[in-house]
Order: sequence, then C-alpha cells, then structure tokens
Amino acid sequence: MTIDTLRLTAEEAKNLLERKEISGSELFAAYAERDDDLNAYLHRCEDPGGDGIPLAVKDVIGTKGIPTTAGSKILENYVPVCDATVIANAKRHGLRTLGKTNTDEFAMGSSTENSAYGPSRNPWDPTRVPGGSGGGSAAAVSGGLAPWALGSDTGGSIKQPAALCGQVGLRPTYGTVSRFGVVAFASSLDQVGPVAKTVRDCAYLYSIISGRDENDSTTVDVPAVEIPAAEDLKGLRIGVPKEMNHVEGVEPGVTELVDKAIALAESLGAEVDECSLPLSVDYGMPCYYLVAPAEASSNLARYDGVRYGLRVDGDDFREMVMRTRDAGFGDEPKRRIMIGTYALSSGYYDAYYATAQKVRTVIKREHDAVFEKFDVIVSPTSPSVAFPFGAKAADPLAMYLCDVFTIPSCLAGLPGLNIPVGLSEGLPVGLQLIGPQFAENTLFRMGYALERAIGFDFVPERLR
Amino acid sequence: MFHVEVAMARITRDEVLHVARLARLELTDDEVAKFQEQLSDILEAVSKVSELDLSDVPPTAHPLEIANAWAEDEPRPCLTHEEAFANAPDVDDHHFRTPPA
Repeated sequence: MTIDTLRLTAEEAKNLLERKEISGSELFAAYAERDDDLNAYLHRCEDPGGDGIPLAVKDVIGTKGIPTTAGSKILENYVPVCDATVIANAKRHGLRTLGKTNTDEFAMGSSTENSAYGPSRNPWDPTRVPGGSGGGSAAAVSGGLAPWALGSDTGGSIKQPAALCGQVGLRPTYGTVSRFGVVAFASSLDQVGPVAKTVRDCAYLYSIISGRDENDSTTVDVPAVEIPAAEDLKGLRIGVPKEMNHVEGVEPGVTELVDKAIALAESLGAEVDECSLPLSVDYGMPCYYLVAPAEASSNLARYDGVRYGLRVDGDDFREMVMRTRDAGFGDEPKRRIMIGTYALSSGYYDAYYATAQKVRTVIKREHDAVFEKFDVIVSPTSPSVAFPFGAKAADPLAMYLCDVFTIPSCLAGLPGLNIPVGLSEGLPVGLQLIGPQFAENTLFRMGYALERAIGFDFVPERLR
Repeated sequence: MFHVEVAMARITRDEVLHVARLARLELTDDEVAKFQEQLSDILEAVSKVSELDLSDVPPTAHPLEIANAWAEDEPRPCLTHEEAFANAPDVDDHHFRTPPA
C-alpha cells in the first residue's frame, strides 16, 4: 500500500502495523526513501529491523553506534558507546531511529542557523527558518520525514520550532524525562520531549520516554499518562496573562489566531479569565540568559580535546585545549560560555549569577500564585511566525527575544505544550499551554479538545 | 549604587581576553572585537535582573523540591576500557595521551 508520510500519524502507523497491513520494513522505507531537501537530518540510519514505529531523534540525544554531534564541529566524529535512557525506553517499545535531526549548536538558538552543518528549512516555506533549536525534529515531522520525533528544550527549543512548523510539541515538567546520555547544555533547565503531528501522538510518545531513571538523580516518579479523548473543556480554568497577550512585539496575525483559540476553548466549556505575571515576562529573558550560559560554561568545559571530540594540537596542554575549543565551537557557544564565565567570575558572581537565581525564585512564585486560580495559562508560543533566513542571525539579542514567552515557565520547571491554531499569511501560528508541575494530562486534554475543534491541517500547504 | 554601575558597564577588550582565558578559548583579534561588542549588549540586557529588590528572596538552583536523591552504593556494570577510550583523540594503552602540561 502507498504510505502518505506527510499525513500518517504515529497512532495510525501503529494500527497499520498491528493489523499487519504494512510491514515494519515498508513503513521505515517510506520515510527513509524520502528526499531530505529540508536538511532536517544530519545523519540518516539504516533500518535496524523490527516492526515498531520509526522515530527521528534530535542530535543532542546520544545513540549507541550512531554519530551524535549536537550540531557542533567539536563532536563531528563522536559516536556514543551507549544509548541515552530515552532511546533505551524508545527501543523497549520497538521504536526505530530514522536518523539524527539538525539542531542549533549545543541546542543554543531559535532558528537552526547556529548549526555547524547549515540550517534546516521550514517545510511550509523553505526560505524561512523552522525555529530552533530543535528545528530539524519539527521540520522532519512536518515535512513527512518522520511520524514523530524527540527534541530537547532548555528555553523553548521544542515548543518554538513546533509552533513555527505547525506541529504539536511538549516540553515536559522538569524531572519527568531522563537526561542520561543527552548532551548537556543547562542542566537545571534541559528537558527531553516529543514533537508530533497530533496531541494524542505527543501524549503517547511522552508516556514512552518519561519516568524515573536511576541514572539521572533529578528524575521523579511520573503520574500515569492519559491519552486524551474528551472533546469538551467543562470545568477547566484558563488564565490569560495580560503581559503575554495583546502586547507590543507580537504580530497581529498571531494575536488574532490565539484570541480565536481562546474563545473556542470558552465555547467548549472552559472558564476563561485574565491573569497577571507582572515580573516573569520582563525578567525571564535576562534571568535565563544568566542562568543558562552559566551552566553551559560549566557543562561545555568537558570539551577539552582529551576524552572525546575534536583535538587541535598545541605545544603544551593548555595551548591544545584552547586551540581545540576555538576551532571546535561556533560563535553562539563561545558567546554563551563567555557570558556564563563572566557571570560566575570573582567580583561579578553576586551581581549576576546569584541575583539571577533569586529572580528565578520570584518567577516560580509568581507562577505558583497564578496556578492557585487556574489550571492552564495560555499565550502565543512565538511572537512571530517563521522568519526568513538571516533576519535575526546577526543580532544575538534579537534572536534571544524569540523565546520571550517560552522562557519563564522553563525557569519555573513547568510543562508547556504547543498546538497549532491556524495559519497567518500561510504560516503556522502556535498556542502555548502552560500548566503547573506534573499537569501534562491537563495540557493534553485541553490540547486535544482544541485540536479537534480547530481541525488544523498539519500538512504544509505547498506539499498537499 | 553598585547595581547601577554594573548595568552601565561595557565590557573592555582586556575583560574579553580575561574571560576567554578563563574559559580556555583562544580568540582571534577579529573575534575579540566582535565579542566585545556583542557581550556588552548582552550583559547590558541581562543586568536588568539587578532592578528588583531581592533582599528577602532565596535563590532557586533547581525547579523541583527534591533533595538528596541517593542511590544504593553497589557495583554495577560499566563501560569497558575499549568503550571508554573509543572516542579519544589520542590513547596510549589504557591512558588518555595529551601534550605536556
């Protein structure tokens, strides 16, 4: 039978496999044979055999025997000797890795333009970015190169590309998904999560990868995942933070579709009211760009040309290390390493890093207070639709502002779900749903009901 | 007063070189000039954190309220020597080899 990889959901694929209407190898080949004109993959895999659902994997996630570069030249020839726990979990469910998807170097960026291997293209408009850092995963799912994918999210790297590519993406609650075997960026923020075509697929993949892992001591026991099926939102209390909706800098087309989705939620039975996060939006970005680079400067210290990765020779040890790091890291990791080193250095620690950690408490408390009255808060995921290549690449601060709405909840360790809510001038707009810690099931419920009511077609118009 | 001073500061060329040395990055002259400009802009933006009165606020290092996640102290399978050295740029038997310190 012909397999329409653009349209087939993972749930449909699972049913076809279980009914033996297609074989595992036929299904894998349907994706593997599709031309990757989006540069979604950095590496594509042979079919490992079996009859499970294929899966694309962001290239920061370690895969035994399969190159894992994190989008960096410093890891160009790195081949992990063990699987990340999320990959082990996926394999236990029969999932088969299709390939490793493109990412901004070390997951630092919002467009994949920081990848050392060139950017990925947005399947809706190949002259535009797919978002980042997980642009490769979102482009692969959107472009029919994978039924679903794993991403990682530090400040918006799953949600934002899902928004820009019209897909569903979950950044899970901190501690629900193991990071063992995942290339570390900012350890108090990094989370692995699913990118999918539907909310149900997203929930199913989350159920596969989540759970306590003895190899990651930050993981906890996770509530049982409920695959959503209800089409109403009766009793759900939705908060609309005024600092994240109808504010300057958000494209009018984005605001219009987000408003429509909120009105639709109300018509499905939800109670909608305004709320306020007065400090989280203003101080989230500055707080994040101290905490994350500080942790990155520590995590990326391991790339020293000794145990793995690139080495550039020098006359002595120090010269070798410095040359290796200069040659191996691109501009964005260098910037963040230096910002982090500066913020942690003697004389500046209190003014920058210690202060940012206190601001983080303020942001967490502000969210806690809002969730006493609401089950979910909503906003645009991204202030804009997908932007053209080069639009922000020369200005690091402009790029950082792409994540202004996704960052605050990441600092508070909260789960966030992006669902597509429509097209503005032919490009997808995403709605961000944020819940309290461990409220993934609530997000899936709301996401699914809205997805059904909106009837968004996740296949890019030009490919239909 | 201190906070205002920090917020206004532009990072100097010497500070870029100092930070790069701490971070073990050997920068070219072009990189130093570019990063001096960009890091100044970024530091100015992030200095906003100093506007708030945070005297009674404790720091958050980690968003979950868990502490002391102990594991049983018992031997488990680990990487073989071959696996541990598989990605090393230079190996001498069972040692990582580097230039002299």
